[in-house]
Amino acid sequence: METSQDASKKVARFEAVILPHLDAAYNMARWMTRNSGDADDVAQEAMLRAFRFFDSFRGENGRVWLMTIVRNTCLTWIRRQMPQQNSAEYDERLHTDLEASLTPESEFLRQATSEQVRRAIEQLPPEFREVILMRELEQLSYKEIAAVTQSPLGTVMSRISRARAMLRQFIAGQRRREVKQQ
Amino acid sequence: MTNHAQRNLLHAYLDDELDLVRSMDLEDHLAECGDCANEVASYRALREGVMTISLRYEAPEELRSRLLTEIREQERPQIEHVVVQRRVPWWSWAAVAACLLVASVSFMLDLGQRRERTLMKEVVTDHVRSLMAAHLTDVPTSDQHTVKPWFTGKLDFSPEVRDFSADGFDLVGGRLEYVEGHSAAAIVYQRHKHVINVFTWPSSGSDEAPRAIAQQGFNLVEWKQAGMYYCAVSDLNRQELAEFSSMLRRQAAPSL
Repeated sequence: METSQDASKKVARFEAVILPHLDAAYNMARWMTRNSGDADDVAQEAMLRAFRFFDSFRGENGRVWLMTIVRNTCLTWIRRQMPQQNSAEYDERLHTDLEASLTPESEFLRQATSEQVRRAIEQLPPEFREVILMRELEQLSYKEIAAVTQSPLGTVMSRISRARAMLRQFIAGQRRREVKQQ
Repeated sequence: MTNHAQRNLLHAYLDDELDLVRSMDLEDHLAECGDCANEVASYRALREGVMTISLRYEAPEELRSRLLTEIREQERPQIEHVVVQRRVPWWSWAAVAACLLVASVSFMLDLGQRRERTLMKEVVTDHVRSLMAAHLTDVPTSDQHTVKPWFTGKLDFSPEVRDFSADGFDLVGGRLEYVEGHSAAAIVYQRHKHVINVFTWPSSGSDEAPRAIAQQGFNLVEWKQAGMYYCAVSDLNRQELAEFSSMLRRQAAPSL
Protein backbone atom coordinates (compact mmCIF):
# COMPACT_ATOMS: atom_id res chain seq x y z
CA MET A 1 0.00 0.00 0.00
CA GLU A 2 2.61 2.42 1.08
CA THR A 3 4.92 1.59 -1.80
CA SER A 4 2.23 2.25 -4.39
CA GLN A 5 1.50 5.60 -2.76
CA ASP A 6 5.19 6.37 -2.81
CA ALA A 7 5.38 5.40 -6.45
CA SER A 8 2.51 7.63 -7.51
CA LYS A 9 3.93 10.43 -5.38
CA LYS A 10 7.23 9.99 -7.15
CA VAL A 11 5.54 10.17 -10.56
CA ALA A 12 3.56 13.27 -9.56
CA ARG A 13 6.67 14.97 -8.26
CA PHE A 14 8.66 14.05 -11.34
CA GLU A 15 5.91 15.46 -13.55
CA ALA A 16 5.89 18.68 -11.55
CA VAL A 17 9.63 19.27 -11.12
CA ILE A 18 11.42 17.63 -14.05
CA LEU A 19 8.98 17.18 -16.91
CA PRO A 20 8.53 20.97 -17.46
CA HIS A 21 12.18 20.97 -18.63
CA LEU A 22 11.54 18.45 -21.38
CA ASP A 23 11.91 21.18 -24.02
CA ALA A 24 15.32 22.13 -22.65
CA ALA A 25 16.30 18.46 -22.62
CA TYR A 26 15.11 17.92 -26.17
CA ASN A 27 16.74 21.14 -27.39
CA MET A 28 20.11 20.01 -26.07
CA ALA A 29 19.71 16.51 -27.49
CA ARG A 30 18.66 17.98 -30.85
CA TRP A 31 21.68 20.28 -31.10
CA MET A 32 24.15 17.71 -29.86
CA THR A 33 22.96 14.93 -32.17
CA ARG A 34 22.18 17.32 -35.03
CA ASN A 35 19.19 15.29 -36.22
CA SER A 36 15.67 14.79 -34.97
CA GLY A 37 15.56 10.99 -34.99
CA ASP A 38 18.51 10.56 -32.64
CA ALA A 39 17.44 13.58 -30.60
CA ASP A 40 14.18 11.79 -29.87
CA ASP A 41 15.98 8.65 -28.71
CA VAL A 42 18.58 10.48 -26.64
CA ALA A 43 16.02 12.76 -24.99
CA GLN A 44 13.78 9.82 -24.14
CA GLU A 45 16.68 7.81 -22.75
CA ALA A 46 17.81 10.77 -20.65
CA MET A 47 14.30 11.40 -19.29
CA LEU A 48 13.80 7.77 -18.32
CA ARG A 49 17.21 7.71 -16.73
CA ALA A 50 16.29 10.85 -14.82
CA PHE A 51 13.13 9.13 -13.61
CA ARG A 52 15.08 6.08 -12.49
CA PHE A 53 17.56 8.25 -10.59
CA PHE A 54 14.90 10.63 -9.32
CA ASP A 55 15.36 9.38 -5.76
CA SER A 56 18.81 10.95 -5.80
CA PHE A 57 17.33 14.37 -6.66
CA ARG A 58 17.66 16.47 -3.52
CA GLY A 59 15.37 19.31 -4.52
CA GLU A 60 18.08 21.51 -5.99
CA ASN A 61 17.63 23.18 -9.39
CA GLY A 62 15.55 20.70 -11.42
CA ARG A 63 16.65 22.08 -14.77
CA VAL A 64 20.36 21.90 -13.90
CA TRP A 65 19.88 18.39 -12.50
CA LEU A 66 18.13 17.22 -15.65
CA MET A 67 20.61 18.97 -17.98
CA THR A 68 23.45 17.09 -16.29
CA ILE A 69 21.81 13.79 -17.15
CA VAL A 70 20.92 14.90 -20.68
CA ARG A 71 24.47 16.08 -21.28
CA ASN A 72 25.94 12.77 -20.13
CA THR A 73 23.52 10.87 -22.35
CA CYS A 74 24.50 13.11 -25.29
CA LEU A 75 28.20 12.61 -24.67
CA THR A 76 27.73 8.84 -24.57
CA TRP A 77 25.89 9.05 -27.88
CA ILE A 78 28.59 11.22 -29.44
CA ARG A 79 31.35 8.92 -28.26
CA ARG A 80 29.50 6.00 -29.80
CA GLN A 81 29.08 7.86 -33.09
CA MET A 82 32.63 8.98 -33.64
CA PRO A 83 35.13 7.24 -31.45
CA GLN A 84 37.94 8.17 -33.83
CA GLN A 85 37.53 11.93 -33.60
CA ASN A 86 40.31 13.62 -31.74
CA SER A 87 38.94 16.89 -30.48
CA ALA A 88 42.27 18.12 -29.14
CA GLU A 89 43.68 18.16 -32.64
CA TYR A 90 40.56 19.87 -33.92
CA ASP A 91 41.00 22.46 -31.21
CA GLU A 92 44.51 23.44 -32.04
CA ARG A 93 43.76 24.06 -35.69
CA LEU A 94 40.83 26.28 -34.80
CA HIS A 95 42.84 28.07 -32.23
CA THR A 96 45.57 29.19 -34.61
CA ASP A 97 42.98 30.31 -37.15
CA LEU A 98 41.31 32.42 -34.55
CA GLU A 99 44.45 34.13 -33.42
CA ALA A 100 45.22 35.25 -36.97
CA SER A 101 41.75 36.53 -37.77
CA LEU A 102 40.55 40.08 -37.62
CA THR A 103 37.58 41.26 -35.61
CA PRO A 104 34.56 41.11 -37.95
CA GLU A 105 32.35 44.13 -38.36
CA SER A 106 29.51 44.29 -35.86
CA GLU A 107 26.90 45.05 -38.55
CA PHE A 108 28.05 42.03 -40.45
CA LEU A 109 27.39 39.78 -37.45
CA ARG A 110 24.11 41.34 -36.51
CA GLN A 111 22.70 40.57 -39.95
CA ALA A 112 23.61 36.90 -39.95
CA THR A 113 20.73 34.79 -41.19
CA SER A 114 19.28 32.06 -39.06
CA GLU A 115 20.62 29.50 -41.52
CA GLN A 116 24.16 30.86 -41.10
CA VAL A 117 23.92 30.86 -37.32
CA ARG A 118 22.50 27.35 -37.24
CA ARG A 119 25.20 25.97 -39.47
CA ALA A 120 27.88 27.74 -37.43
CA ILE A 121 26.64 26.27 -34.14
CA GLU A 122 26.42 22.80 -35.65
CA GLN A 123 30.01 23.13 -36.83
CA LEU A 124 31.29 23.73 -33.30
CA PRO A 125 33.02 20.78 -31.61
CA PRO A 126 30.69 19.26 -28.99
CA GLU A 127 32.46 20.68 -25.92
CA PHE A 128 32.05 24.20 -27.32
CA ARG A 129 28.61 23.64 -28.81
CA GLU A 130 27.23 22.62 -25.43
CA VAL A 131 28.33 25.80 -23.66
CA ILE A 132 26.83 27.96 -26.42
CA LEU A 133 23.55 26.06 -26.04
CA MET A 134 23.51 26.39 -22.30
CA ARG A 135 24.53 30.03 -22.29
CA GLU A 136 22.78 31.57 -25.31
CA LEU A 137 19.77 29.29 -25.73
CA GLU A 138 19.03 28.11 -22.21
CA GLN A 139 20.38 31.25 -20.52
CA LEU A 140 22.12 29.29 -17.79
CA SER A 141 24.51 31.19 -15.54
CA TYR A 142 28.23 30.32 -15.44
CA LYS A 143 27.68 28.65 -12.11
CA GLU A 144 24.88 26.50 -13.50
CA ILE A 145 26.96 25.53 -16.53
CA ALA A 146 29.80 24.60 -14.19
CA ALA A 147 27.37 22.38 -12.27
CA VAL A 148 26.09 20.67 -15.41
CA THR A 149 29.52 20.09 -16.91
CA GLN A 150 31.06 19.32 -13.54
CA SER A 151 33.97 21.62 -14.27
CA PRO A 152 35.43 24.67 -12.49
CA LEU A 153 34.15 28.17 -13.24
CA GLY A 154 37.45 29.12 -14.87
CA THR A 155 37.03 26.32 -17.38
CA VAL A 156 33.48 27.42 -18.14
CA MET A 157 34.69 30.97 -18.67
CA SER A 158 37.42 30.01 -21.11
CA ARG A 159 35.15 27.53 -22.92
CA ILE A 160 32.57 30.25 -23.47
CA SER A 161 35.21 32.63 -24.66
CA ARG A 162 36.66 30.10 -27.11
CA ALA A 163 33.24 28.96 -28.25
CA ARG A 164 32.13 32.48 -29.10
CA ALA A 165 35.38 33.18 -30.92
CA MET A 166 34.82 30.09 -33.07
CA LEU A 167 31.18 30.90 -33.61
CA ARG A 168 32.01 34.40 -34.72
CA GLN A 169 34.64 33.06 -37.06
CA PHE A 170 32.34 30.47 -38.61
CA ILE A 171 29.56 33.00 -39.19
CA ALA A 172 31.93 35.57 -40.65
CA GLY A 173 33.47 32.89 -42.86
CA GLN A 174 30.10 31.84 -44.22
CA ARG A 175 29.01 35.40 -44.88
CA ARG A 176 32.23 36.23 -46.63
CA ARG A 177 31.90 33.17 -48.86
CA GLU A 178 28.32 34.02 -49.72
CA VAL A 179 29.14 37.67 -50.50
CA LYS A 180 31.90 36.50 -52.82
CA GLN A 181 29.56 34.15 -54.66
CA GLN A 182 27.01 36.88 -55.36
CA MET B 1 44.25 42.22 -29.08
CA THR B 2 43.78 41.42 -25.41
CA ASN B 3 45.55 38.60 -23.66
CA HIS B 4 43.74 35.35 -22.80
CA ALA B 5 42.79 36.25 -19.26
CA GLN B 6 41.32 39.51 -20.33
CA ARG B 7 39.50 37.94 -23.23
CA ASN B 8 37.75 35.53 -20.85
CA LEU B 9 36.86 38.52 -18.73
CA LEU B 10 35.28 40.28 -21.71
CA HIS B 11 32.79 37.46 -22.06
CA ALA B 12 32.10 37.28 -18.35
CA TYR B 13 31.51 41.02 -18.52
CA LEU B 14 29.08 40.63 -21.41
CA ASP B 15 27.28 37.90 -19.50
CA ASP B 16 27.00 40.02 -16.37
CA GLU B 17 29.08 37.51 -14.45
CA LEU B 18 31.69 39.94 -13.11
CA ASP B 19 31.44 41.46 -9.69
CA LEU B 20 31.10 45.21 -9.35
CA VAL B 21 34.78 45.97 -8.79
CA ARG B 22 35.96 43.86 -11.72
CA SER B 23 33.28 45.35 -13.99
CA MET B 24 34.38 48.85 -13.15
CA ASP B 25 38.02 47.96 -13.73
CA LEU B 26 37.18 46.50 -17.08
CA GLU B 27 35.06 49.48 -18.08
CA ASP B 28 38.03 51.72 -17.26
CA HIS B 29 40.15 49.54 -19.51
CA LEU B 30 37.60 49.61 -22.34
CA ALA B 31 37.53 53.41 -22.21
CA GLU B 32 41.25 53.44 -22.95
CA CYS B 33 41.75 50.42 -25.19
CA GLY B 34 40.13 50.61 -28.62
CA ASP B 35 40.90 46.96 -29.48
CA CYS B 36 39.09 45.63 -26.45
CA ALA B 37 36.17 48.01 -26.98
CA ASN B 38 35.87 46.70 -30.55
CA GLU B 39 35.92 43.13 -29.31
CA VAL B 40 33.14 43.79 -26.85
CA ALA B 41 31.07 45.54 -29.52
CA SER B 42 31.62 42.68 -31.94
CA TYR B 43 30.62 39.99 -29.45
CA ARG B 44 27.66 42.00 -28.31
CA ALA B 45 26.51 42.15 -31.94
CA LEU B 46 27.06 38.40 -32.23
CA ARG B 47 24.91 37.76 -29.20
CA GLU B 48 22.20 40.05 -30.50
CA GLY B 49 22.35 38.31 -33.85
CA VAL B 50 22.09 34.89 -32.25
CA MET B 51 19.40 35.86 -29.77
CA THR B 52 17.03 37.43 -32.30
CA ILE B 53 16.87 34.15 -34.17
CA SER B 54 14.69 31.44 -32.75
CA LEU B 55 17.12 28.59 -32.35
CA ARG B 56 15.36 26.45 -29.78
CA TYR B 57 13.83 23.18 -30.78
CA GLU B 58 10.69 22.16 -28.97
CA ALA B 59 10.09 18.60 -27.89
CA PRO B 60 7.60 16.86 -30.20
CA GLU B 61 4.19 16.23 -28.60
CA GLU B 62 4.58 12.59 -29.47
CA LEU B 63 7.71 12.30 -27.32
CA ARG B 64 6.01 14.01 -24.41
CA SER B 65 3.03 11.67 -24.42
CA ARG B 66 5.23 8.62 -24.92
CA LEU B 67 7.25 9.62 -21.85
CA LEU B 68 4.14 10.24 -19.76
CA THR B 69 2.79 6.80 -20.59
CA GLU B 70 6.10 5.15 -19.88
CA ILE B 71 6.57 6.89 -16.54
CA ARG B 72 3.03 6.27 -15.35
CA GLU B 73 3.40 2.65 -16.34
CA GLN B 74 5.94 2.33 -13.55
CA GLU B 75 3.36 2.84 -10.82
CA ARG B 76 0.62 0.72 -12.39
CA PRO B 77 1.45 -2.79 -11.12
CA GLN B 78 1.11 -1.65 -7.52
CA ILE B 79 -2.17 0.13 -8.21
CA GLU B 80 -3.69 -3.02 -9.68
CA HIS B 81 -2.46 -4.90 -6.68
CA VAL B 82 -4.28 -2.55 -4.32
CA VAL B 83 -7.52 -2.71 -6.31
CA VAL B 84 -7.52 -6.48 -6.42
CA GLN B 85 -6.84 -6.73 -2.74
CA ARG B 86 -10.12 -5.04 -1.92
CA ARG B 87 -12.25 -7.47 -3.92
CA VAL B 88 -10.74 -10.79 -2.91
CA PRO B 89 -10.98 -12.07 0.69
CA TRP B 90 -7.65 -12.09 2.50
CA TRP B 91 -7.60 -15.83 3.20
CA SER B 92 -7.51 -16.69 -0.49
CA TRP B 93 -4.28 -14.74 -0.74
CA ALA B 94 -2.98 -16.61 2.24
CA ALA B 95 -3.86 -19.87 0.52
CA VAL B 96 -2.14 -18.77 -2.68
CA ALA B 97 0.87 -17.66 -0.70
CA ALA B 98 1.02 -20.99 1.12
CA CYS B 99 0.84 -22.90 -2.16
CA LEU B 100 3.53 -20.71 -3.65
CA LEU B 101 5.70 -21.20 -0.61
CA VAL B 102 5.37 -24.97 -0.76
CA ALA B 103 6.00 -24.96 -4.48
CA SER B 104 9.03 -22.72 -4.25
CA VAL B 105 10.53 -24.56 -1.31
CA SER B 106 10.22 -27.89 -3.10
CA PHE B 107 11.55 -26.29 -6.24
CA MET B 108 14.48 -24.85 -4.32
CA LEU B 109 15.14 -28.19 -2.65
CA ASP B 110 15.10 -29.89 -6.01
CA LEU B 111 17.30 -27.17 -7.45
CA GLY B 112 19.61 -27.45 -4.48
CA GLN B 113 19.90 -31.20 -4.89
CA ARG B 114 20.55 -30.89 -8.57
CA ARG B 115 23.15 -28.21 -7.94
CA GLU B 116 24.76 -30.39 -5.31
CA ARG B 117 24.95 -33.34 -7.66
CA THR B 118 26.72 -31.25 -10.29
CA LEU B 119 29.07 -29.86 -7.68
CA MET B 120 29.96 -33.33 -6.40
CA LYS B 121 30.54 -34.52 -9.93
CA GLU B 122 32.80 -31.56 -10.63
CA VAL B 123 34.81 -32.12 -7.47
CA VAL B 124 35.27 -35.80 -8.28
CA THR B 125 36.30 -34.96 -11.85
CA ASP B 126 38.88 -32.52 -10.51
CA HIS B 127 40.12 -35.14 -8.11
CA VAL B 128 40.47 -37.76 -10.86
CA ARG B 129 42.16 -35.30 -13.19
CA SER B 130 44.67 -34.38 -10.49
CA LEU B 131 45.65 -38.07 -10.24
CA MET B 132 45.79 -38.74 -13.96
CA ALA B 133 47.50 -35.75 -15.47
CA ALA B 134 50.52 -35.87 -13.18
CA HIS B 135 49.43 -32.49 -11.99
CA LEU B 136 48.66 -33.28 -8.41
CA THR B 137 50.25 -30.18 -6.98
CA ASP B 138 51.35 -26.72 -8.01
CA VAL B 139 53.43 -26.49 -4.87
CA PRO B 140 54.78 -29.92 -3.89
CA THR B 141 55.92 -29.81 -0.31
CA SER B 142 55.08 -31.41 2.99
CA ASP B 143 55.73 -28.17 4.82
CA GLN B 144 52.48 -26.45 5.73
CA HIS B 145 54.38 -23.19 6.20
CA THR B 146 55.31 -23.29 2.52
CA VAL B 147 51.93 -24.29 1.17
CA LYS B 148 49.84 -21.70 2.98
CA PRO B 149 51.89 -18.64 1.90
CA TRP B 150 52.02 -19.99 -1.65
CA PHE B 151 48.29 -19.38 -1.99
CA THR B 152 48.60 -15.78 -0.83
CA GLY B 153 48.27 -13.53 -3.84
CA LYS B 154 46.79 -16.34 -5.92
CA LEU B 155 43.54 -16.47 -4.01
CA ASP B 156 41.54 -13.85 -2.17
CA PHE B 157 41.26 -16.11 0.85
CA SER B 158 43.68 -18.10 2.96
CA PRO B 159 42.98 -21.85 2.98
CA GLU B 160 43.49 -24.11 5.96
CA VAL B 161 46.70 -26.14 5.57
CA ARG B 162 47.69 -28.60 8.30
CA ASP B 163 50.23 -31.32 8.75
CA PHE B 164 48.77 -34.58 10.03
CA SER B 165 51.80 -36.76 9.31
CA ALA B 166 51.91 -37.84 12.96
CA ASP B 167 48.46 -39.34 12.39
CA GLY B 168 49.39 -41.00 9.13
CA PHE B 169 48.07 -38.35 6.76
CA ASP B 170 50.96 -36.70 4.94
CA LEU B 171 50.72 -33.25 3.43
CA VAL B 172 51.72 -33.50 -0.23
CA GLY B 173 51.15 -29.96 -1.46
CA GLY B 174 48.64 -27.48 -2.83
CA ARG B 175 47.06 -26.69 -6.14
CA LEU B 176 44.85 -23.98 -7.61
CA GLU B 177 41.48 -25.17 -8.85
CA TYR B 178 38.47 -23.66 -10.50
CA VAL B 179 35.25 -25.13 -9.19
CA GLU B 180 31.70 -23.97 -9.85
CA GLY B 181 32.83 -20.74 -11.41
CA HIS B 182 35.14 -19.59 -8.66
CA SER B 183 38.75 -20.09 -7.60
CA ALA B 184 39.35 -22.80 -5.08
CA ALA B 185 42.30 -24.17 -3.19
CA ALA B 186 42.99 -27.88 -3.36
CA ILE B 187 45.14 -29.12 -0.47
CA VAL B 188 46.55 -32.55 -1.16
CA TYR B 189 47.15 -35.16 1.53
CA GLN B 190 48.10 -38.79 1.31
CA ARG B 191 47.29 -41.85 3.41
CA HIS B 192 49.44 -44.81 2.34
CA LYS B 193 48.74 -44.92 -1.41
CA HIS B 194 45.50 -42.99 -1.25
CA VAL B 195 45.44 -39.35 -2.30
CA ILE B 196 43.02 -36.99 -0.59
CA ASN B 197 42.07 -33.72 -2.25
CA VAL B 198 40.56 -31.15 0.07
CA PHE B 199 38.77 -28.48 -1.97
CA THR B 200 37.99 -25.29 -0.15
CA TRP B 201 36.64 -21.83 -0.92
CA PRO B 202 34.78 -19.07 0.93
CA SER B 203 31.08 -19.65 1.36
CA SER B 204 28.30 -17.59 2.86
CA GLY B 205 25.84 -18.98 5.35
CA SER B 206 26.16 -20.69 8.70
CA ASP B 207 28.23 -23.75 9.57
CA GLU B 208 27.04 -27.11 8.31
CA ALA B 209 27.88 -30.47 9.86
CA PRO B 210 29.88 -32.90 7.72
CA ARG B 211 28.00 -35.13 5.30
CA ALA B 212 29.42 -38.27 3.77
CA ILE B 213 28.59 -38.86 0.12
CA ALA B 214 29.57 -41.62 -2.26
CA GLN B 215 30.03 -40.58 -5.87
CA GLN B 216 31.37 -42.63 -8.79
CA GLY B 217 33.21 -44.95 -6.43
CA PHE B 218 34.84 -42.16 -4.45
CA ASN B 219 34.10 -41.04 -0.96
CA LEU B 220 33.39 -37.43 -0.22
CA VAL B 221 32.90 -35.51 2.98
CA GLU B 222 31.68 -31.95 2.78
CA TRP B 223 31.01 -29.34 5.47
CA LYS B 224 30.89 -25.63 6.10
CA GLN B 225 32.92 -24.06 8.82
CA ALA B 226 33.75 -20.46 9.73
CA GLY B 227 32.69 -19.06 6.36
CA MET B 228 34.51 -21.68 4.33
CA TYR B 229 33.25 -24.64 2.34
CA TYR B 230 35.28 -27.84 2.49
CA CYS B 231 35.03 -31.00 0.46
CA ALA B 232 37.43 -33.87 0.97
CA VAL B 233 37.56 -36.42 -1.88
CA SER B 234 39.42 -39.68 -1.93
CA ASP B 235 39.33 -43.34 -2.79
CA LEU B 236 40.16 -43.90 0.84
CA ASN B 237 37.58 -45.90 2.76
CA ARG B 238 34.70 -44.06 4.27
CA GLN B 239 35.77 -44.58 7.88
CA GLU B 240 39.28 -43.19 7.47
CA LEU B 241 38.14 -40.25 5.37
CA ALA B 242 35.62 -39.34 8.09
CA GLU B 243 38.42 -39.51 10.69
CA PHE B 244 40.62 -37.29 8.56
CA SER B 245 37.78 -34.80 8.05
CA SER B 246 37.09 -34.49 11.74
CA MET B 247 40.78 -33.90 12.42
CA LEU B 248 40.81 -31.16 9.83
CA ARG B 249 37.64 -29.69 11.30
CA ARG B 250 39.12 -29.56 14.75
CA GLN B 251 42.24 -27.86 13.42
CA ALA B 252 40.28 -25.42 11.29
CA ALA B 253 38.19 -24.26 14.22
CA PRO B 254 39.16 -20.71 15.10
CA SER B 255 41.70 -20.90 17.91
CA LEU B 256 40.76 -19.06 21.07
